[in-house]
Amino acid sequence: MSASATHRTIDAIWRIESAKLIAGLARMLRDIGLAEDLAQDALVIALERWPDTGIPDNPGAWLMTTAKRRAIDLLRRNKLRDRKYEEVGREIHAYAEDDIVGALDGEIGDDLLRLIFTTCHPVLSQEARVALTLRLLAGLTTDEIARAFLVAESTIAQRIVRAKRTLNTAQVPFEMPVAHELKERLSTVLEVIYLLFNEGYAATSGGSWVRPLLCQEALRLGRMLAEIAPSEPEVHGLVALMEIQSSRFKTRVNAKGEPILLMDQNRALWDRLLIRRGLAALERARSLGRPLGPYALQAAIAACHAQARTAEETDWARIAALYEALARAMPSPIVELNRAVAISMAFGPLFGLQLVEELTSEPMLKDYHLLPSVRGDFLFKLGRFDEARSEFARAASLTRNERERDLLLKRVAECPISE
Amino acid sequence: MRYLLMVKAGKHAEAGVMPSRELVDAMSEYNERLAQAGVLLAAEGLQPSASGIRIAYPMPGDHPVVTVGPFLEDKKLVAGYTLIDVGSEEEAVEWALRMPDPSGYGEGEIELRQLKSK
Repeated sequence: MSASATHRTIDAIWRIESAKLIAGLARMLRDIGLAEDLAQDALVIALERWPDTGIPDNPGAWLMTTAKRRAIDLLRRNKLRDRKYEEVGREIHAYAEDDIVGALDGEIGDDLLRLIFTTCHPVLSQEARVALTLRLLAGLTTDEIARAFLVAESTIAQRIVRAKRTLNTAQVPFEMPVAHELKERLSTVLEVIYLLFNEGYAATSGGSWVRPLLCQEALRLGRMLAEIAPSEPEVHGLVALMEIQSSRFKTRVNAKGEPILLMDQNRALWDRLLIRRGLAALERARSLGRPLGPYALQAAIAACHAQARTAEETDWARIAALYEALARAMPSPIVELNRAVAISMAFGPLFGLQLVEELTSEPMLKDYHLLPSVRGDFLFKLGRFDEARSEFARAASLTRNERERDLLLKRVAECPISE
Repeated sequence: MRYLLMVKAGKHAEAGVMPSRELVDAMSEYNERLAQAGVLLAAEGLQPSASGIRIAYPMPGDHPVVTVGPFLEDKKLVAGYTLIDVGSEEEAVEWALRMPDPSGYGEGEIELRQLKSK
């Protein structure tokens, strides 16, 4: 194998092994910053040696043994300076006697869960959580993270260093959240994953609509979480939502890069495998027997669209009911706006318009382009073209997405001028 | 990117010999690891070719020829597949190398193919 091929293979091994490695080390050392440094040291040693020696049969165990040896050296050097030493040292030596692979598999799920709860800890800023999660759980390099977010590599590197420092200063333990905190802490984790997904799915401004890398990482993290936290319905709800949304990846834009609305997409091109996975994840959420949370409800709405063979077959009455449940679980004027659309589709634009009128005084929607856009659509369908035209024009002036603006201006032009 | 890991059928699998308990356990543990890493999309074993049906078009434009199994020729048949979603070819290979020898008897073979869809 050539040196560059070996390096690419080592990169792949890192992607597969690094999260487990860091999580296992963090449990022993109670310090994720140190755990990552030691894991990186092991990687550097592998990069030096493997091109000559060949790749070992069990590279994960090799990396763990090497990192652990470094940890023991480090602890010896700092001996007695730190009260933590004895305790941590005991744990590392006990670990050394175990069958390494067995120990890895037995507890690895819990270790990974502790790790993601730590990288998404509430003491960190949202930006820091995102960067640290991509780095430690997804195994991305700072350069890859920087490119995905279109910022300088040094910015991401600094963000990660500061995040680790913050966790240290706040003495965040490497532990599972206590029972009464679990729901809140889990929602922080899900928020980070969904933020990544959305960041990838639709850039809010500029020309690009999809940034696939972030979507893929979000899906991978979500699928991972569904395995290590299988009893949490919202985890499955989020996975279901992302799988179903991803099934429309290819049909969202036309050859010119212009967005295609859900109702106009070619359903034959939707990815059936991802839809099937999404529906299965939603079923797992339901089977846990608790009321559906916001992610599962949004997934159920997405599932209604996925299951309609044609746009005309869409069960809008059911979607309207799901939006009502969603509005109760997560009150928001944007959910109300979506409910208005569903109601209009199910029962006619006049009913939708009534709901939208109530939202016009909502401060949160004051500059939100979809409010006049939706209102314009209802007015258009009711034949009130003059009012519709001014709503579309207002919506076009509010959006930051060029492609969306083009669509809205097209709708302005479609309104017949009255005599 | 998506990779299909095709497990080729050996004589024993074709003869309907059940895999050993150890292999079944090792395979299910492997699938768990794939799932826990968030890369597993689907995995399934196939019935022996005795219940297979083959449709061939030996004469372009003419009717197809339908044959029922078992298929006895040397051409390697597929006994099962695992579909994974990974970041690179090397990652697909690394995961495939972590799969247990799927057949034993010196007949184990896994073929990796990248799907055209991203």
